[in-house]
Amino acid sequence: MKNYDIVIVGGGPAGLAAAVSAKKAGCDSILILERDTELGGILNQCIHNGFGLHTFKEELTGPEYAYRFIKQVLDLGIEYKLGTMVMDIAPDKTVTAMNREDGMFTIPAKAVILAMGCRERPRGALNIPGYRPAGIFSAGTAQRLVNIEGYMPGKEVVILGSGDIGLIMARRMTFEGAKVKVVAELMPYSGGLKRNIVQCLDDYGIPLKLSHTVVDIEGKEHVTAVTIAEVGPDRKPIPGTEERYTCDTLLLSCGLIPENELSRSAGVEMNPVTSGPIVNESLETNIPGVFACGNVLHVHDLVDYVSEEAGRAGENAAKYVSGAEEAGATQGADGKSGAAQAEAGGDAEAGGAHVIALAATDGARYTVPSTINVDRMSDLLTVRFRVGDVYKNSFVSVYFDDERVMHNQKRIMSPGEMEQIVLRKAQLAERPLLKTITVKIENE
Amino acid sequence: MYDVIVIGAGVTGSAVARELSRYDISTCVLEKCEDVCEGTSKANSAIVHAGFDAAEGTLMAKLNVRGNEMMDELSRDLDIPFKRNGSMVVCIHKEALDGLKELYDRGIKNGVKGLKILSREEALKMEPNLSENVQGALYAPTGGIICPFELNIAMAENAFENGVDFKFNTEVKDIKKGEDDLWHLQTNSGEYTARYVVNAAGVYADMIHNMVSADKIKITPRRGDYCLLDKQVGGHVSHTIFPQPTNLGKGVLVSPTVHGNLIVGPTAIDIDDKEGTNTTAEGIDDLISKAGNHIRNLPIRNVITSFAGLRAHEEHHDFIIGEIADAPCFIDCAGIESPGLSASPAIGEMVGNILKEKMNLKEKENFKATRKGIVRTEGLSVAQMNDLIKKNPAYGNIICRCEMITEGEILDAIHRPLGAKSLDGVKRRTRAGMGRCQAGFCSPRTMEIINRELGIPYEKITKSGGESVIVPTRTKEGSGNSATSLEGTRGEVTGA
Repeated sequence: MKNYDIVIVGGGPAGLAAAVSAKKAGCDSILILERDTELGGILNQCIHNGFGLHTFKEELTGPEYAYRFIKQVLDLGIEYKLGTMVMDIAPDKTVTAMNREDGMFTIPAKAVILAMGCRERPRGALNIPGYRPAGIFSAGTAQRLVNIEGYMPGKEVVILGSGDIGLIMARRMTFEGAKVKVVAELMPYSGGLKRNIVQCLDDYGIPLKLSHTVVDIEGKEHVTAVTIAEVGPDRKPIPGTEERYTCDTLLLSCGLIPENELSRSAGVEMNPVTSGPIVNESLETNIPGVFACGNVLHVHDLVDYVSEEAGRAGENAAKYVSGAEEAGATQGADGKSGAAQAEAGGDAEAGGAHVIALAATDGARYTVPSTINVDRMSDLLTVRFRVGDVYKNSFVSVYFDDERVMHNQKRIMSPGEMEQIVLRKAQLAERPLLKTITVKIENE
Repeated sequence: MYDVIVIGAGVTGSAVARELSRYDISTCVLEKCEDVCEGTSKANSAIVHAGFDAAEGTLMAKLNVRGNEMMDELSRDLDIPFKRNGSMVVCIHKEALDGLKELYDRGIKNGVKGLKILSREEALKMEPNLSENVQGALYAPTGGIICPFELNIAMAENAFENGVDFKFNTEVKDIKKGEDDLWHLQTNSGEYTARYVVNAAGVYADMIHNMVSADKIKITPRRGDYCLLDKQVGGHVSHTIFPQPTNLGKGVLVSPTVHGNLIVGPTAIDIDDKEGTNTTAEGIDDLISKAGNHIRNLPIRNVITSFAGLRAHEEHHDFIIGEIADAPCFIDCAGIESPGLSASPAIGEMVGNILKEKMNLKEKENFKATRKGIVRTEGLSVAQMNDLIKKNPAYGNIICRCEMITEGEILDAIHRPLGAKSLDGVKRRTRAGMGRCQAGFCSPRTMEIINRELGIPYEKITKSGGESVIVPTRTKEGSGNSATSLEGTRGEVTGA
């Protein structure tokens, strides 16, 4: 097996954008490993439109959006392997993968970009009581069956969870002649984008019941009915509020979980809030040369932001590799690998570097990144975060240690929509003693 | 006409069938579901009990201890995973310490080897995540963990390879003794006749028994809810941890499974419905609160699925095994509740011996006691994997990302004797779909393989037979993978 400087795990939107920028940043030795039979990831089954408004200023379908990047990958001659599952990433960045043609093989990469995406939370993890018959699908699985395989899970549908895939599938199933009877959401707010609630539920008269959950599933072989009930502030069902819906299908859109099994076994440190790696301004994890982007880092709402973020990861990985090569060229005489030199050099540098921690409090749940090395940041750095509740006419405040430096009012913020602030390098560089930047939500 | 018909392809029926396949007779297993291991056998604690729990002198005690002894050789012969991880009964109330001694004494009388009473310190040393309140424990080194699916499937496969017929989707509706002195079994797919019948019908064993006997029995389905936890937390305990037993059973255990998950359960709720395997919120809540009494920081939020199984409880709480007094040549295996899985090989042996004597059976010369399981790619070295992939590239294609199950393993599951026909059939043979995403990722891929290999149209592929179809119809466009439907669409357009 050939060696590669950068191995990208996943050929979805994050992996593709990372590959393109790494190449453009000067790295010529890149390999994308994709487990599916095509590049594009989950976008291939997202045949609805609405993608690319930010990136391309036009409205594309998922496959069209993916193809914009796939074409660049092909034009730039970036190598990729399909049908290939990464089995292991070692802490030293040796990637072990497997496919039908090459068997099991290892690549000692100089840099690794984690772009594995996320998976859906299944019924089992929700502990929904009742039978376990056919007819229960996570929304994404149903989307694949409908849009790729061309088959319908059923005709009468109840959806639990108002995540974006569930909302999109409510409309898609309606287009296919199914009756979507209700969307029940455990929380008092939706986890999906406002525009999807309007365009996928409201436009088709599909009721959204907030603070509701499924309390029973009937049907021994196939789903025959689902009972939902209202939940109190403790999110426990309120007796007497049960409503029974006859149906043959239950779709679940109850959250996405970054798929970090490989990251964990590699020794990457995780943020328990995002279930994704903890990264610095370069989207680099605690393992030098291992970068993360897209839904494996934190779940996004818009693919445009995935592409932008992944582009930065790709560029930084390319920089890391060339830094390692320079270090190798200048100091390689003692026999250490270039990458090891770069790491050693990096550590020394970090000792004297100005590193600022980011904190999220008072309604802000997390930030990506978690730390900023001012010397290494770009002139403008986007920090993304989510809020933990619905906030109306509240302020996003940013504190440099105790000093409030940003205070922007927003008409509405909700957990389903990612928020962002932009930090300027100049602003941080002039504060050499700054230790912590705090993002919080304030009422006034 | 068969010499023997066994009703039920659960772990009991399959164990009996395997024993009978040693002899030169014709045997057939009738199963109402589409596969083996569809009832009680598929949803239980997956434990091989040591045998200290059942009352001295009962069949339960005797067959549990014997079944436990047989398990090492059997698991080797049938190539199935089995591990003696040892079990502990944990006492958390000082005043209940006498109970441990009582269990110890009972175990000694039952013939359980290696039992030991542990002090609080000894128990905590062996199992650091026991509750702070632990006062002492009974340790049984012979306790083990096994995969109930694989045990059941392997015994059935082995029986099949030794000549036993299996008829699936075949439900016995009525049984009469004919003038020809044969048993006539009416089923939904015609009549079967046999000289001898073995009733291994699980929760339905009373209905089968009562068809032929005036001495009625009643089997109460006793539901047990379980939670299965992610492999990430499979090492929370290394032994099978029981509370002290009560008159309702052995209580809520916490145990690693032989595949590295953590299992918590069961509850014990008597119900009427023999198919009532629905979990309830109360059941799961009850489970979680009880398990927390004995285990520190039980990582219950790592649950990947919950399920319920039914124990075939008979009021006298002992196995009913033997010829029915008023129905000669009709052998019951009824009331096979816990420790039925542990005892199953011994139940098979006992029924085999009963029939051997009654029918004067001769052992076949060509009986093959061994069976080769599906090649498990998990844990193979790179060189071993590459050998496998070179021979069959399907082993290089991962289908289930959570359990890392390859297409090669799924093809083996489908094409081997008594192969899988449904998603659950594949799942129970290979573990594809049993991981943390619970088949969200692999089910469309497994459906594609079933469609291709068995020629079953997508619309007919089921989760587990019967009405459990996954995708009953095509989309309006009739798009997707089928070339014929695309042709049809084009034809219409041209016609218009």
